[in-house]
Amino acid sequence: MLRIKNLRKSYPDPSGGLVEILDIPHFEVAEGEQLALVGRSGGGKTTLLHIISGITKADSGLVMLDGIDLTRLSEAARDRVRASKIGYVFQTFNLLPGFTALENVRLGMTFAQGRRDLGRAKELLERVGLAQRMHYKPNQLSVGQQQRVAVARALANRPRLLLADEPTANVDAAHQQMIVDLLREVCRLEKVGMLLVTHSQEVARQMDRVEHLEQINRTLEGVS
Amino acid sequence: MNLFHIAWRNLQHRWLASWLTLLSMALGVALVVLVLAISGLIQETFRRNSNVGYNLVVGPKGSPLQLTLSSVFYLSKPVGTLPYRYYLEYLPKPAREQAYRQLGGSPEEGARNGSYGMFVGNGFALPICLGDYVGPFRIVATTVDYLGQLRHGPDNDRTFEFAQGRNFQEDSQEHGFFEAVVGSIVAKEMNFKLGDVIYPSHGPDGESHGDGFTIVGILEPTGTPTDRVALINIEGFYLLEGHVAPERDEETGLEKATKPAGDLQARQADQQVDPPANSKAGRKRLPLDQREVSAILLKTAGFVGIGLQQQINKSSRAQAVSPIGEIAGLLETFFQPAQWALLALTVLVCLVSAISILVSIYNSMHERTRDIAVMRALGAGRNTVLLVILAEALLISVGGGLLGWTIGHAIAAAASPVVEARTGIRVGFWSMNSVAEPFIIPGLVVIGILAGLLPALMAYRTDVSRSLAS
Repeated sequence: MLRIKNLRKSYPDPSGGLVEILDIPHFEVAEGEQLALVGRSGGGKTTLLHIISGITKADSGLVMLDGIDLTRLSEAARDRVRASKIGYVFQTFNLLPGFTALENVRLGMTFAQGRRDLGRAKELLERVGLAQRMHYKPNQLSVGQQQRVAVARALANRPRLLLADEPTANVDAAHQQMIVDLLREVCRLEKVGMLLVTHSQEVARQMDRVEHLEQINRTLEGVS
Repeated sequence: MNLFHIAWRNLQHRWLASWLTLLSMALGVALVVLVLAISGLIQETFRRNSNVGYNLVVGPKGSPLQLTLSSVFYLSKPVGTLPYRYYLEYLPKPAREQAYRQLGGSPEEGARNGSYGMFVGNGFALPICLGDYVGPFRIVATTVDYLGQLRHGPDNDRTFEFAQGRNFQEDSQEHGFFEAVVGSIVAKEMNFKLGDVIYPSHGPDGESHGDGFTIVGILEPTGTPTDRVALINIEGFYLLEGHVAPERDEETGLEKATKPAGDLQARQADQQVDPPANSKAGRKRLPLDQREVSAILLKTAGFVGIGLQQQINKSSRAQAVSPIGEIAGLLETFFQPAQWALLALTVLVCLVSAISILVSIYNSMHERTRDIAVMRALGAGRNTVLLVILAEALLISVGGGLLGWTIGHAIAAAASPVVEARTGIRVGFWSMNSVAEPFIIPGLVVIGILAGLLPALMAYRTDVSRSLAS
């Protein structure tokens, strides 16, 4: 479902040169697979997620998502692919503060043209246990509840792949396991593949497969 | 959810700044609406008052505007006087014959149509004499036809109605030539009631004439200058002390005596010519040669007004003016520049409000960079976030504008009873300036877009990767 070949990405450095962040010969996530990507900070995990989601464009290589090569698409086309095929869960939840839980979930639907299914949004919030908190604003929800809204929002458009960028980094141990369980369960129920970036070996072990960034990214070879 | 819903939620989240900005726009638009309403009211008042059933005003040579102001609006001093014989030139043969019979002129002279009678046809020629006051209000001496012939109202089809009493009679059994009808404001301000006697004076603070006029009628409010005058019988007016015209040279029209020309009240009667007809109360009418009029209100037959106006203006004796034309000129010369200046000021207020919209949204952009990046990460394109910010600016400008429009019209509607009592013009909530107001909303849309453009471009250029990583 996701296939990456010969991906390269560099950023300019202050001296005017280029610093290569990613050089990934091959990387795949199968349909419905739950994969953990483990790696040290600054290793390019977030950049890789941004390239897979189309937020950032690769310098070269192939990024095939559900049969579409993102590297050949314009920015607007990548936006559309992201809206319809990608779900995104951030480390800091990033719920929009002025919107209720229900509106935060519906927000993603607004950006995916033609998907304005209020029933779906309510169903997802019920599934993550927030049936009684739909009309609460983020500041009226606990940290765990906020992350559950973020998970529901990521699944609103029935994506093919859910990208979770260290979703347990900012929560305590009790919430950490609850979030992992929730992500695994809803992805299984929705038949959505998941690429979860984490520092935690404990979280990573619970996924179907674990990849270490140092092993797939050549730029990190020899770096301990 | 649509983009306006998202924009609305963003505004709600920053409710204080949003409301203050919206209120400043509302204030600006309310001022625009009120300036338009007031200027429209003034123009409509002048328009209606300059068109109460006659199309020409004839008076002595002089300032056309002064003649209009003194004879139509009862403001300013009268230009001068015209001989009563001249007024009779606007009457048909039967009326002239009767006048000459009653007032002692040569019967042969009266036995013909007036020189301008054919222009009047089915219309009318009303003489008015000005110069006297009751309290601070003007007195208009005229004939019984004044209230019978003139009309008022938006379509100029309403007759003058009496709140109490009746029209004065030309020669009543009870009061002879000395009856009066007062306008609604005069009656209210002076506390007049039927049966009261008014004593005309030479000026607001001048000395009163000896004879008094009994009030036999009080008019309903009309919103015309008639509300602010007392109408008296012209026959009684002529009999007041000091209202006899000086003898004039037939050829030159100049006074034979050394008394100064000017207002009627400036002159003193020193003779009477027989045979004037006696009134029922025993007083004699002032003879023809001793009568003058301040102006003649003319309604001409058909479309001959312009031709008659040109003919009169070619003569050396009198001038004819179209009140509507004069007032249009007055408004164009003095009022419209002031109106435009006021409008420019209020539009400036709106522009200041637009800048405050820009500042408000622009300042919020720094703290919203991450929110915008999140929206982009959720699939919103650059154009979408640009449109959301523009929608915020539009909601403030158009929402504020609609609120201001409502406030402006509500104030106008609330003031309606007072305005109607003073001008006769009803200002409803939905009364609109049909020329300018349709441009308010499109104008606000343009202002909103301009105000939102800079912050919207900031949103458009947001670096999603960097903002999410920060």
